[in-house]
Amino acid sequence: MSELKIKVNQLTRVEGHGNIHLEATDGKLDRVLWEVTESPRFFEWMLKGRNYDDVSTISSRICGICSISHTTASLQATESAFGIKLTEQAWLLRKLLYDAEMLESHVLHVLFLIAPDFLGADSVIPLVATHGDIIVMAVRLKKLAYNLAEVLAGRKTHPITPIVGGWSKLPDVDELKAIRERLEKAMEDMDTMVAVVKSVAPMIPDFQRPTEYIALKDPKEYSFITGKIASSDGGTFDLVDYKQITNEFCVPHSSSKFAKHSRDSYMVGALSRFNLNSEQLLPRAKKAAKELGMKAPIHNPFFISVAQTVETVHAMEDAINIIDKLLARGLHEEEVKVKPRAGRGVGIVEAPRGLLIHDYTYDEAGNIVSANCIIPTGQNHLSIQKDFDALAPTILEKPEDEIRHTLEMLVRAYDPCISCSVH
Amino acid sequence: MKPKVAFFDFTSCEGCQLDALNLDVGEVLGLLGAVDIVNFREVKTDRSDDYDIAFIEGSITKESEIPRIQAIRAQAKVLVALGACACTGGVNCMKNAYPMEDLLKGVYGECAEYYNTIPARPVSAVVPVDAYIRGCPPTTAEFVNVVKSLLLGKRPDLPNYPVCTECRIAGNVCVFQRGGTCIGPVTRGGCEALCVSSGRFCWGCRGLVDDPNTNSEKDILARYGLTIDQILERFKIYNSYSEVSKCQS
Repeated sequence: MSELKIKVNQLTRVEGHGNIHLEATDGKLDRVLWEVTESPRFFEWMLKGRNYDDVSTISSRICGICSISHTTASLQATESAFGIKLTEQAWLLRKLLYDAEMLESHVLHVLFLIAPDFLGADSVIPLVATHGDIIVMAVRLKKLAYNLAEVLAGRKTHPITPIVGGWSKLPDVDELKAIRERLEKAMEDMDTMVAVVKSVAPMIPDFQRPTEYIALKDPKEYSFITGKIASSDGGTFDLVDYKQITNEFCVPHSSSKFAKHSRDSYMVGALSRFNLNSEQLLPRAKKAAKELGMKAPIHNPFFISVAQTVETVHAMEDAINIIDKLLARGLHEEEVKVKPRAGRGVGIVEAPRGLLIHDYTYDEAGNIVSANCIIPTGQNHLSIQKDFDALAPTILEKPEDEIRHTLEMLVRAYDPCISCSVH
Repeated sequence: MKPKVAFFDFTSCEGCQLDALNLDVGEVLGLLGAVDIVNFREVKTDRSDDYDIAFIEGSITKESEIPRIQAIRAQAKVLVALGACACTGGVNCMKNAYPMEDLLKGVYGECAEYYNTIPARPVSAVVPVDAYIRGCPPTTAEFVNVVKSLLLGKRPDLPNYPVCTECRIAGNVCVFQRGGTCIGPVTRGGCEALCVSSGRFCWGCRGLVDDPNTNSEKDILARYGLTIDQILERFKIYNSYSEVSKCQS
């Protein structure tokens, strides 16, 4: 009897703590488990009693990687509860800041965390010697995204200026112009990034598992922070009805809750967005998708990072367009008036790794009575597990190292924010 | 021989690690030339338990994290707390206001028994810490400064004056004069008053200065018609763990 046991403790090159266990006997899979061991932090309880003015500051600390997403979802939940409508200028700035989030997070994931898997390295560090030009470009792109966020929000991690109803400080016009020039130049880097991803695409494991794909959908644009919830299985849902989709439940081996809708799992994130909304990509991003051979629907989860690459181009293009709009209309100081009222508000955005939900109930003084946060990675955990179940039996005859590496790559493909999913 | 550097994450959002390394190309190459990064789970697969300097991100919130931080302490010649969660306990300590059972039942319901949690605490509450890089998140410049000092064998020289000092240099109108409340008068500077300069106020993420002028703070509160309770609520966001917070609550 031959026994195979694979145990990956604290998977590397992902955000947060997760383990992989595989056991097989005589070439037959006994079990394969995706286990989340991250410490719970209880943000939903921390938010109780907090005044709206501190809420997005606290809730952005759920995640250091996608803190702009948490800030945005949080602000939109509070604005919805208070019945606040943003001005056009405030919307443009919020969308521009969001492009910085997508750009930074996707570049980090594709070029720093995923690339070593395809280039045979344990991290990005040895790649400095072997693929210096690409790493220099990756550092440059990440810095650009960070600087764009800095100009708008004071900093990228845990932004400062976005507030309920608008902005505490407007960006400097000259700095915006300077960033625009760097973005235009960086479009050339996008050609390189697409070429790099295309060159490794043949190494992407050939694995198909169709599932349900869920993302925001907006008739007007490739949606990041607007629209309704849509499913590839059909139907759209109002934001306040998100629980019809998420149906959270607990499992003993995970400190993150899992989620489930119409099938045995659903996926959120770049590939879901691509599958649902690819027709709305901006022209250069569409061209990049074509170059990369991407045509919706794609049922291979390893292609999430390819979809992220397409979205990187989209975010950069969108950022340039928004800066042009802002510069053409001029930036104007706008007084932000907030009148709290009792009630519930739901804010839903597309974090880089998928649907992110903040749901708050306020009292009449503007203090939180109860809060619920649902994180994209929490929704993807079951999809990761179901992919494991389908993928593992097909690779059991391979060498142990290769099985381990393939399972690790699968989790990484999802770009999981594990500590975020536990919050 | 280049010093061997390791990064470890405990309970946190993991933003500090990535922010610390938000370096320019030249700085990245400089850092990689000066140290060997031997353990850094978030960006690197190979791991080694032979290291000289350990950067610790996050606070301690689970029983299992205690032996882990003790083992790291036993190995590292220099242990650096990186970011608010490691330095003061950070936002994680807000949960300490509730019985742990209530938290578990509140969030996980019937599944509460699957999980465990203990009151959150900063790293220094469990093992001795040699240096602190404060903030939520710390600035990249400060991280670079601390690394440079450690490589030179010097004790990092970090600000121990209130945020107000830097706020004045930045030319900001005082938050209290704008009708707001601010933790800046008792909070350790070094952030160049970034939050106030961005049109907000100080949340106290860098912790208290060593010898806060509490009388002056009380004067400020009295002058602007505020009570200690009003400011303490905000103070507790980052400093729930501190003795000041404990004696007032």
